[in-house]
Amino acid sequence: MTTTRPQDKLGDRFQVHLAEHGQAPLTARSLGTLQVNLGKLCNQACKHCHVEAGPGKTDPEDNMGAEMTDLLLQVLQTGEFEVLDLTGGAPELNPQFRRIVQAARQLQIHVLDRCNLSVLFEPDQEDLATFLAEHQVEVVASLPYYRRSRTDAQRGKGVFDKSIEGLKLLNSLGYGQPDTGLILDLVYNPGGAYLPGPQAELEQEFQRMLDRDHGIRFNQLFALTNLPIKRFRDYLVRSDNLQSYQERLEGAFNPAAAEQVMCRDMLSVGPNGCLYDCDFNQMLAMPVEKGICHLSDLLEGSTRAALRERRIRTASHCFGCTAGAGSSCGGTVA
Amino acid sequence: MTDYYKKKDLQRFSEVSEGAPDLYSKFQAWYGEATSKPGALSLREKALIGLALSHAIQCPYCIDSFTQKCLESGADLEQMTEAVHVAAAMKAGACLIHGVQMKDKHDSLSL
Repeated sequence: MTTTRPQDKLGDRFQVHLAEHGQAPLTARSLGTLQVNLGKLCNQACKHCHVEAGPGKTDPEDNMGAEMTDLLLQVLQTGEFEVLDLTGGAPELNPQFRRIVQAARQLQIHVLDRCNLSVLFEPDQEDLATFLAEHQVEVVASLPYYRRSRTDAQRGKGVFDKSIEGLKLLNSLGYGQPDTGLILDLVYNPGGAYLPGPQAELEQEFQRMLDRDHGIRFNQLFALTNLPIKRFRDYLVRSDNLQSYQERLEGAFNPAAAEQVMCRDMLSVGPNGCLYDCDFNQMLAMPVEKGICHLSDLLEGSTRAALRERRIRTASHCFGCTAGAGSSCGGTVA
Repeated sequence: MTDYYKKKDLQRFSEVSEGAPDLYSKFQAWYGEATSKPGALSLREKALIGLALSHAIQCPYCIDSFTQKCLESGADLEQMTEAVHVAAAMKAGACLIHGVQMKDKHDSLSL
């Protein structure tokens, strides 16, 4: 006998919501961005991390190696991708990181580094900030709050002070400053079982407080919703908030956000070369449909064409990207 | 006392419309505009005012609701606690200022 898990029912409900607004099935529009997860190794172990990254995650299977990087660079040479979005873990700790950045920049591909800021002060990373500036990498930096207590509660003791130091270092190199072309964005995410507020208002408040207290400048703030996956889901279960949080996400379904979800214009790659619709699907082991499953498949033009129009796999966690003003790796979408 | 202030009653708020639907609908529009739409004040500022007032009027439903609003609008525990202190200090001050009335009465009755 087949039993239906609550998770499956919620996943079905996401399809129902899409269908009610004439948006089912959800399909891709382009492959503009290639988001590559270089692995789970990280110098932080945040309470909300959907990757379950941490300092102990050194297993070669969890982190992209040299051979897979060679293949990645071949894929970038196809000219299909305008943006390379590097994430992790702390992607900079992967020994392949700088080789990838250099190659992508030579191909005129815009590179985003999802940086946790404290990595700038890790051993052997002393020149990382200069390297990023020299290669005009857009830095998308995690900073859950403009004060110490909430930031440290989420990301670990001492992280706030290091983050502020990191932001000052980046500012001194021209990041976040007018007319330098060096873009510094911040990522805000709620510190618990609630949704983020209006991005523009949060951005204004972060700008005012970081400038007032630390003289820090940045370009944009992205407000992200925490998706109920891995560590954040564990927290929701432990704190008895899972059901109410899921209901809140579902209740805030916004068709305008669904229209603009990030998975429609990107492809996600895991450390082992597997392809996914997004980093969240990657963590849930939900590879792309159509039987196309590996980075090597992207060398074929016909495969890339098929992926541009692919049907996107959805489940209950997708309500996190369509709640309220929506959520993506680039902040709100609607 | 156990029959009062049940958490689930917050979800039943709209039932008070039954006796006077027009008035309730006017209240709802006004409430939404005043508390949940940014204007000269940001949503965070409105949420902190609402939180302070929730404590001053000692409404458990309002405390639940405005704590959530504060968090969602980007306030943190320090800001929220300061807001509660503003309410508490105002209540204490309002109590204490009546001491002048007491003193006047005292003086009028004393040698």
